[in-house]
Amino acid sequence: MLHMVVCIKQVPDSREIRIDPKTNTLIRQGVPAIVNPYDLNGVEAALQIKDQFGGRVTVLTMGPPSADKALRQCVAMGADEGVLISDRAFAGADTLATSYVLAKSIEKAGRLWGQPAIVFCGKQTLDGDTGQVGPGIACRLDYEQLTYVEAIESVDPDRGEVVVRRHLEDGVERVRAPFPVLITVLAEMNKPRRASLPGLLHAQTYQPIVWSTADFEDLDRSKIGLRGSPTVVSKTWVPEPRQVDTEFLKGETGEVTSRLAQVLVERLQTVQGA
Amino acid sequence: MAEAKRKPAVGLQPEVDVDWSAYRGVMVVVEHRRDKVAKVSWQLLGESRRLADKLDAPLMAVVIGHEAEDIARQAIGYGAERVYLCDAPELADYRTRPYSRVCLHIIREVKPEIVLFGATYTGRDLAGAIATHLPTGLTADCTQLDVDDNRLLLASRPAFSEKMVATILCKQFKPQMATVRPGVFEALPYDPRRMGEIIRVESPLDRESIRTEVLEFVEAVNRVNLEDAEVIVAGGRGVGGRAGFDLLAKLADALGGQVGASRAAVDLGWISHDHQVGQTGTTVRPKIYIAAGISGAVQHVVGMQNAELIVSINKDPNAPIHRIAHYAIVDDLFEVVPALIEAVQAARPSARVPVV
Ligand SMILES: Cc1cc2nc3c(=O)[nH]c(=O)nc-3n(C[C@H](O)[C@H](O)[C@H](O)COP(=O)(O)OP(=O)(O)OC[C@H]3O[C@@H](n4cnc5c(N)ncnc54)[C@H](O)[C@@H]3O)c2cc1C
Ligand SMILES: Nc1ncnc2c1ncn2[C@@H]1O[C@H](COP(=O)(O)O)[C@@H](O)[C@H]1O
Repeated sequence: MLHMVVCIKQVPDSREIRIDPKTNTLIRQGVPAIVNPYDLNGVEAALQIKDQFGGRVTVLTMGPPSADKALRQCVAMGADEGVLISDRAFAGADTLATSYVLAKSIEKAGRLWGQPAIVFCGKQTLDGDTGQVGPGIACRLDYEQLTYVEAIESVDPDRGEVVVRRHLEDGVERVRAPFPVLITVLAEMNKPRRASLPGLLHAQTYQPIVWSTADFEDLDRSKIGLRGSPTVVSKTWVPEPRQVDTEFLKGETGEVTSRLAQVLVERLQTVQGA
Repeated sequence: MAEAKRKPAVGLQPEVDVDWSAYRGVMVVVEHRRDKVAKVSWQLLGESRRLADKLDAPLMAVVIGHEAEDIARQAIGYGAERVYLCDAPELADYRTRPYSRVCLHIIREVKPEIVLFGATYTGRDLAGAIATHLPTGLTADCTQLDVDDNRLLLASRPAFSEKMVATILCKQFKPQMATVRPGVFEALPYDPRRMGEIIRVESPLDRESIRTEVLEFVEAVNRVNLEDAEVIVAGGRGVGGRAGFDLLAKLADALGGQVGASRAAVDLGWISHDHQVGQTGTTVRPKIYIAAGISGAVQHVVGMQNAELIVSINKDPNAPIHRIAHYAIVDDLFEVVPALIEAVQAARPSARVPVV
């Protein structure tokens, strides 16, 4: 059976986070926790493949106990199982440590429900905002890595391959890769479905599976959480708004614009050396 | 600047005692496709020159591809002292596995203390794989780089939707790696007489291991690329509709630039979302940003305040956009913009081909 895993993360909606002007710290209060938007595109992609070929969709998240809500939201959409990987020892992980734990979890899910042919990740998270966790997982599992995918052109479960369209700055690349693959998805790929009423009812009583460090036989403790993270944040600051001496251009439109045009054209010449 | 200092926690430790002192120099991985080099690669060489000088260490570049020797030579012209060139038919197209294997091979042999990539789709794809293999720390999307007295890379990046900046260190591992946003740093002027060495690297690949196949590359025509634009003419609700945006497009053409928009204009359906600048759109750093009929809400401003030169055209003298503009015009944009188009055309009679 076609087994697919989607890695999702619950994030504070950073668009709603404001800075306290007095203390220069983040105001997290009242900021809603949501499923990282791109991850929902990953769930939708997996569900569409399941709709077409059958199979099984597992959603994984590493996070605090409260992240079970995010898993339930995906189960309401149609995912078969949600796994919460949660332990204090996982806290403080950077992308290297996160991809280690998720890779170990995907292996474990594979032992339980069959090796995943496709693992989906979002393009990036709103809070971590790196897009590094997907490639990290692909590398650790030795899966083919297909990032920034804007469309899945075809899936062939019999031959065991996918053809996807990768989005690049200057165009689109069509790529074929054999299973198993890790795909990171862009928002353009699809529109996540709304949960159906039966889905919502099911999700209400659904209890996600929880794995702590004790549930892994082969976890290297030095590679998880803060201890397993090579990067450290040394400081954070709020950038000062730029101070500009605004010059108000006054006078007749013709005069004002020819003066401005002069400034602009000179600027471009010094820049481009034209 | 208000700083909130946090005690740096001790992170991942190398498995065995490693002598990192052999790791020296700054290495830039050059990105190219179809003979075109991503501008950020040259910008990175420019900034890395400064870092390498501060470290008193060599500046190196990596070029991977097929028939890419000319690109290696260009890298020297943009400041690299040494270029590691791996040239093989199976490297013609970028694919993660072969490219990351070649990079790993070079990094392990050459032992640079810092390795930098453009924060492009390809750069992020490649850097993420390499950092995991090594392993080492990787900081994404940096907008400021520096080194301290202990040769530590201070990699700073925006966080929380541009509201904060965080400086990230990787103390226990080498190389220290980062991806860097396009358009933040300046390239050195290209100088074909600059001297440097091209070192050919044998491809360490087992061809059997390459399983992914690039079927086709479809070049995008007329894709909006605000991140790379040197000039952006942006419009907001004050532009009044699609016709107003056609007018802005003419000004953008005259200046060889692109059209941007506020969210209000996008939400009204006057222009597509890929033109949107700001918190929920694109963050831009053009040389010139002209804001017409935009009030200057904070969510817009965070996405464009780092433009080198800002011009505001807004008939409301109290519009906040004027406060961050270098030149402000308090007038009707439908008067100003047509006159400005004429004035620009008069000032630069030979219409320039837009810089790609
Ligand atoms: C979570 C969140 C995220 C957001 N993200 C973004 C984002 O990414 N980007 C973004 O832009 N906004 C964003 N916004 C919206 C932002 O708050 C503002 O609503 C928006 O930027 C306003 O757009 P505007 O300046 O075009 O419109 P308005 O505020 O309506 O301003 C129009 C201006 O045009 C001027 N004007 C009118 N007619 C003329 C004329 N003929 N000549 C000259 N001037 C004229 C008026 O004086 C006025 O100042 C976000 C908001 C939220 C809550
Ligand atoms: N804690 C986590 N649990 C599950 N998936 C995650 C987690 N962190 C990141 N991911 C996945 O990796 C993607 C990229 O995250 P990031 O590297 O943080 O930008 C996300 O869109 C998720 O699919």
